[in-house]
Amino acid sequence: MNPQLGWLTVLFAAVFTNNILLTNYLGMCSFLAVSREVKTSLGLGAAVVFVMTATSVLNWIVYYRLLVPLHMEAFRFIVFIIVIAAFVQVVELVIERVSETLYAALGIFLPLITVNCAILGVSLFMVIRQYTLAQAFGYGLGSGLGWLAAILAMAGIRQKMAARSRVPRGLEGAGITLIVAGIMALAFMGFNGMVNLN
Amino acid sequence: MLTAFLISVGVLCAINTLLALLMVLAEATIGNYGSVRVTLNGRRELTVDGGKPLLAALKEHNVFIPSACGGRGSCGLCKLTVENGGAPLSTELPWLSPEEQAAGVRLSCQLKVKRPLRITVPEEWLSVRQFAARVAALRDLTYDIKEVRLQLIDPPTIDFKAGQFIQFEVPPYALSDEPVYRAYSIASDPRQRGEIELEIRYVPNGICTTYVHRHLKEGDPVAFNGPYGNFYLRESDRDILFVAGGSGMAPIKAMLHQMAHEQNPRRTLYIFGARARRDLFLLEEMREFERRLPRFRFVPTLSAPAPNDGWTGATGLVTDVVEREVSEVSALEAYLCGSPLMIDACVNLLKKKGLPEERIFYDKFA
Repeated sequence: MNPQLGWLTVLFAAVFTNNILLTNYLGMCSFLAVSREVKTSLGLGAAVVFVMTATSVLNWIVYYRLLVPLHMEAFRFIVFIIVIAAFVQVVELVIERVSETLYAALGIFLPLITVNCAILGVSLFMVIRQYTLAQAFGYGLGSGLGWLAAILAMAGIRQKMAARSRVPRGLEGAGITLIVAGIMALAFMGFNGMVNLN
Repeated sequence: MLTAFLISVGVLCAINTLLALLMVLAEATIGNYGSVRVTLNGRRELTVDGGKPLLAALKEHNVFIPSACGGRGSCGLCKLTVENGGAPLSTELPWLSPEEQAAGVRLSCQLKVKRPLRITVPEEWLSVRQFAARVAALRDLTYDIKEVRLQLIDPPTIDFKAGQFIQFEVPPYALSDEPVYRAYSIASDPRQRGEIELEIRYVPNGICTTYVHRHLKEGDPVAFNGPYGNFYLRESDRDILFVAGGSGMAPIKAMLHQMAHEQNPRRTLYIFGARARRDLFLLEEMREFERRLPRFRFVPTLSAPAPNDGWTGATGLVTDVVEREVSEVSALEAYLCGSPLMIDACVNLLKKKGLPEERIFYDKFA
């Protein structure tokens, strides 16, 4: 759509102005479930950064080198999903084999994010916005970092809340987390206008 | 049009096959850890397929670790000590206290066997077996508690301590699409080794209780594993206080059978709590135990007797009766079985009366 944008600009925009979590509200379920502690959030976030970057590049290649020449664009949903699933599975096996520390920190989260809609979302947006390979890389990496930033911020807030806020009983857990996410999204709207990806 | 369609389907199948092949290959090469030796309690050596969770690998060798969630890391029951297992994963941390983490306790469903492991499990788990059985009889004890008698087929007998429980396997049916395990105490006499009795109370929408109350018929095949648990009568000559409510009757009844065989001379008081007359059961059996055990007394108490119950016995909650009946705790041991609420209240009361915690044994229905 905007071919003159450099991949670094796309990366910046994906973190701040077009944060996949806070503007598109994708990847919500693991965001709500795992954002209780900063340490686990960091592990999950790092796994998301890695998988998003790798799968957006992989899916870019599959889409433009395989699906487009064969006029199979309509199949991108199912193809993207199975590419992501297979990639994550293999990466998990490799990590488990290579390093126990890395597996403990990152590997156990991989099965969780196979079905994370933000990962698929990134691949689909990259097609809609007609990114080049470099832009797709920047977008995948940026979205991952943006997701990581959002979940870290949320985990920090939730840890503080758990220690000192008196949350009304009916709002405990997912309720208050969604409200906080909404306020965070409002804050991120402040970045709007710096770069526009759409 | 048709060719385009066929090409699309063909390419899609090819991509799928390729990725599936890739995963099978990865599983067979990267994910293949060969055979791995597991040393059990320092004396038994098992050779298991590497790469599997420890819980599943042990099950294949008929070593059953208690687990209620089927290996998803959500019940925290399948703990065991691993000498060389490394640090626990973050999926295990919620279930492990700092002391347990320091001692090398792990959830066996999360730990994959990739290198030789030395593990320690409680000795009594090694006598745990998988049993195939048949429903010999079903009987209504009250309007919501059923007595289920199971005849053992393979293996044909079971050895358990009175008070222990088994895990009953509910096959997939309308309410659940995978096998579910629920724990029930054995109510029958441990000497009667070819059959066990369970007392199962109906819980609305409970997966297992609905199955037992609405679907199970005489003659049906069933499966369970066990025995588990350290709720059993301790050897001593102290007086005994039993407190139970509802289907908490089961383990106490097994203990009474055992005591009757041994002609146990310990002074024993059994307080059984229920709401109304219709919640009481096995009164005849308890009177029979009173005849066979001269120092045994059974006190049923109703917390809300119905007007037409004609109840002349004790009234109030079990804690009220404990308050009235138990004055001297210096030579007392208490065995409690029932709802967490009842148990917590009794434990508090008994502690207040000066009974040390290590002489209070209980089995909480979770």
